[in-house]
Amino acid sequence: MTPPVLQASDLTKRFGDFTAVNGISFHIKPGEILGLLGPNGAGKTTTIQMLLGLVTPTSGSIHMFGLDLSTHREEILQQVNFSSTYLSMPQSLTVEENLWVVGRLYGMSDMARRVDAIVKKLEMEEFRGKITRKLSSGQMTRLTLAKAFLTEPQILFLDEPTASLDPDVAFKVRSLLKEARRSSGLSILYTSHNMREMEEMSDRIIFLQRGRIVATGTAQEIIDRFGKTDLEEVFLKFAQEQGHSVS
Amino acid sequence: MKLHRIMALVVRHLYLYRRSLPRIMEIFYWPFLDLVIWGFITLYLARYQSQVPGFVTFFLGALILWDMLFRSQQGITISFLEELWARNLMNLFASPMKPGEFLIATMIMSVMKVTVVSIVMTGCALLFYSYNILIIGVWLMPFVLNLVVTGWIIGVFTTSLIMRFGQEAEVLAWSMVFLFQPISCVFYPMEVLPTWLQMIAWANPAAHIFEGMRAVLGESASPVGDLVWAVCLNGVLLVMVVAWFYRTVAYCKDQGLLVRVGE
Repeated sequence: MTPPVLQASDLTKRFGDFTAVNGISFHIKPGEILGLLGPNGAGKTTTIQMLLGLVTPTSGSIHMFGLDLSTHREEILQQVNFSSTYLSMPQSLTVEENLWVVGRLYGMSDMARRVDAIVKKLEMEEFRGKITRKLSSGQMTRLTLAKAFLTEPQILFLDEPTASLDPDVAFKVRSLLKEARRSSGLSILYTSHNMREMEEMSDRIIFLQRGRIVATGTAQEIIDRFGKTDLEEVFLKFAQEQGHSVS
Repeated sequence: MKLHRIMALVVRHLYLYRRSLPRIMEIFYWPFLDLVIWGFITLYLARYQSQVPGFVTFFLGALILWDMLFRSQQGITISFLEELWARNLMNLFASPMKPGEFLIATMIMSVMKVTVVSIVMTGCALLFYSYNILIIGVWLMPFVLNLVVTGWIIGVFTTSLIMRFGQEAEVLAWSMVFLFQPISCVFYPMEVLPTWLQMIAWANPAAHIFEGMRAVLGESASPVGDLVWAVCLNGVLLVMVVAWFYRTVAYCKDQGLLVRVGE
């Protein structure tokens, strides 16, 4: 059996009396797309922040590529990247300048070719010279995706990557992700509030509620287990139980 | 004109002061510092009027050197604020970058800033007042280098505070360095200070540099002793403040502040 590229074991994060993530364990296999679902406040963002080394877990461990994140941060993060609709990048730089800075930060070589390739792939030619401040939200999302793909990561964390994209661009991004997984064995942790997208993209799904894993399996397995007709109904059930509105 | 609309705006600003210590401090901070600085300058001039050779030489030299320290500190803090304003800290700290690499980059920015500012100020002083900072001679370079390091120390300290307390503490980027000005003895000798304040000033590397500068310009003594003090203090304080910065990063990661600091 192929060892997982990511293994989170008994991961817990407490902020004072509040437990954001409560003893969750999961893994991602090479080339797998794992969907992380849950209502607002379920602990998705905190989990991703812990996986990125931005938040220190209260207890538990994170291993990627067989290495412990707490002791091999640099080696691990070199092979990991992330993108989020809510992510920002330096506003006074042009799109291309931002990509060059990211490339340098990760020590990438042959930058001109890489930037050209990613700009073409994400159809960013018309705004590659534009100041980031002047980008539309859809263009900004493409820039953060370009930044994530530029460093050719082995694991990608995507927090609502298509939330502000037009349907045709969102379709292209999903195709790009599937292609990257096929060609390079990219593993992806994916969050979205678009349930159809989650069903389409995820090999497996983890449902979080109040910081705990309450369900895991393929989309169909989860739908069947809770006797619902689709993933959206399952999501609503957990959201209502948690007492949060679904955004 | 409607009074209720005017009052709504006044109340809107007063709300900010109810829970913002930096804003409240600012009301008292600048008048207090102005009073302290100009008070000591007045004392100095009143007490030593007949013994102060060439005000211009002292004051312009001190002003240029102080500005180098100030720009050095700004180079560190403003570089951090640029990342904070751009909400780019998450991108940086989720990359393989180490906190030390971040600090070194800001220090390089600081040196670049000081270099440009020094050229501009030296040129302007020469052009407008026929004042040449190079009259300090061979001592100028070690003085400047030490002031740059002192600027880094204040800059890293301030950056750590902003990282810890968020944008509320942003005002420190411009005001913190001036807290050190009275005890840096920029425009007056250390002996003008009350004894208890002299003891604090002794722990400040910048105070020794400005003492050294006055010794050179007044041709009264060798600045070697002052320089040795400044180098030793800078070395110790730099190590301490960098260690504190690492500790702050760890604390912010533990409390989840790093991802919220720009919000």
